[in-house]
Amino acid sequence: MTTKNTLGKAAAVVLMAALVSACSSNAAKEEAAAQAAAERAAAEQAAAAEAAAAEQRAAEKQKAMMAEKREEKRRLMDAASAVGSVFYFDYDSSSLSDDARAAIDAHVALMMADGGNVRLEGHTDERGTREYNLALGERRANAVRDYMVASGVPGYRIETISYGEENPIAYGSGESSWSKNRRVEIK
Amino acid sequence: MMLLRVFLAVCGLCFSGASLAQLEIQVTRGIDNPTSIAVAPFAWDGLGAAPEDFAQIIDSDLARSGQFSPVSRRDMLSLPTRAEDIFYRDWRAIAARYLVIGRVSKGAQLRVEFALYDVERGIELFSSQVAGPEFEARMVAHRVADAIYEKLTGIQGAFATRLIYVSVTRNPEGKDFYRLTVADADGQRPIVLLEGRDPILAPSWSPDGKEVAYVSFESSRPAIYRQVLATGAREQLTNFRGLNNSPVWSPDGKSMALVLSKDGSPDIYLLDLETKQLTRLTRHYAIDTEPTWMPDGQSLLFTSDRGGRPQIYRYTLATGKIERVTFEGRYNARARVAEDGRNVALVHQRDGRFHVAVFDLVTERMTVLTETSLDESPSIAPNGSLVIYATKRGDRSVLGAVAVDGGVKFSLPARSGSVQEPAWSPMLFSW
Repeated sequence: MTTKNTLGKAAAVVLMAALVSACSSNAAKEEAAAQAAAERAAAEQAAAAEAAAAEQRAAEKQKAMMAEKREEKRRLMDAASAVGSVFYFDYDSSSLSDDARAAIDAHVALMMADGGNVRLEGHTDERGTREYNLALGERRANAVRDYMVASGVPGYRIETISYGEENPIAYGSGESSWSKNRRVEIK
Repeated sequence: MMLLRVFLAVCGLCFSGASLAQLEIQVTRGIDNPTSIAVAPFAWDGLGAAPEDFAQIIDSDLARSGQFSPVSRRDMLSLPTRAEDIFYRDWRAIAARYLVIGRVSKGAQLRVEFALYDVERGIELFSSQVAGPEFEARMVAHRVADAIYEKLTGIQGAFATRLIYVSVTRNPEGKDFYRLTVADADGQRPIVLLEGRDPILAPSWSPDGKEVAYVSFESSRPAIYRQVLATGAREQLTNFRGLNNSPVWSPDGKSMALVLSKDGSPDIYLLDLETKQLTRLTRHYAIDTEPTWMPDGQSLLFTSDRGGRPQIYRYTLATGKIERVTFEGRYNARARVAEDGRNVALVHQRDGRFHVAVFDLVTERMTVLTETSLDESPSIAPNGSLVIYATKRGDRSVLGAVAVDGGVKFSLPARSGSVQEPAWSPMLFSW
């Protein structure tokens, strides 16, 4: 009887020990898991923070680039408006002067930056016949177009039209008026 | 917003009376000894007042030819309307060389019976009659003048014809205002065909005188239109990329020569008006423009700077052959050929000035007709006697006319604004 009890107790102790031991091993596992989770969370948090920071940096960079682009565009627009949108020609000529080329360069730079379209309007002075002058005005507009295309602007972004002698800027008859009327306008 | 109006040229609605004329035609230089002619007031046989002073219209026409000097009505000693009432001594006394009398009656139509007398010889030279609808009373009178003119000069009269022209009101603050107008050849009864703030250019007549073609920028690009005068019905013929310019009907009315630059540089094309088929006639990197038909319809004259400067060339339809026509001077452009197929009116530059000149295709002689320096758009009367053109006076464009032989000159000052691009109608055979 006693032996049996002792055995029983021992068995119980073993069992408990086993239980305890079992308990203690579960706790360690849980602790490790929790730690891992915490570590993961921390890592994730860190990654998220880093991503946010990167995003912010990128946004800032983008903003800065946009601002720079805007600034560049403004600068190009200022440059284009500084050279004006009217280019003048010699009598019966559709050759671009050096001044006109430099001025058109400014417009080309702006077009390459902003991707916009232009309309080139060719004009002549009142001398000679109206219909021949329509052709001369077109030749002038085309000379500007060809120069723009050679500078890299796609041809489809440029429309040309000639008004011949129909839309003078200056109405008088004489070289001072005529020279103002022989022109191509960018619109 | 595009501002554009197309008008019907229904003559029942049109104005008559001198006060509405936009152009006043003045003889600036006549011949040295114009022939004296008296046109006695015509009798009116109808209800109410006569629709027009027929004798006055005939008198003005003959005076405007520059070849006649009409006798003032106040100087007339008698006013006969029938042959039996004529006393030749009354007309010899006031040195009239010829006398015209007439009577106008009104039935379903107006009918004018008239006769022309040689005062010196005391005989009737010619009598005839002209009939037409009452709303064309002025045209009926012009036809009487045509008949008298032809009898006395041997040249067909062209008083019963019309003009189209473009007038422009300048607007220094904004866009100019353009108007295309048709009027009788004496500037009376102007009717606006089209108006708006976009340029109207290069008007021309159909050979039957019932339609006009022109270039309008109303779509913000140039396009060619044809328009029926009587109904205002309008059709857009071309609106290609680039130039659409210089429409001119072939003499048979079936096709139109015009200028397009859709394939690169301006070239002459032929448009079949029925099938709308387009045929390219010239093919050159230079400017080819301002086509005009020879009266036989076999060839065209046009302006080209393929030789470096604008000159007149001829294109023969059957062969496609192109030959240069003008060699004198640095600038010859915008030719118009007279009905005789010989005289070519054009713009010719001499000493830096642009004059209207006539080039004789047979003798190849160039005759400058004007002294003004910015002349353009010459158009020849259908009887070949006069060239009407536009020139500059101060800041304005005005019309002038000159006899093909240079003898008689006219100015046609407008009341206001600029008038340009006159085109003289063909002979009009119906009302």
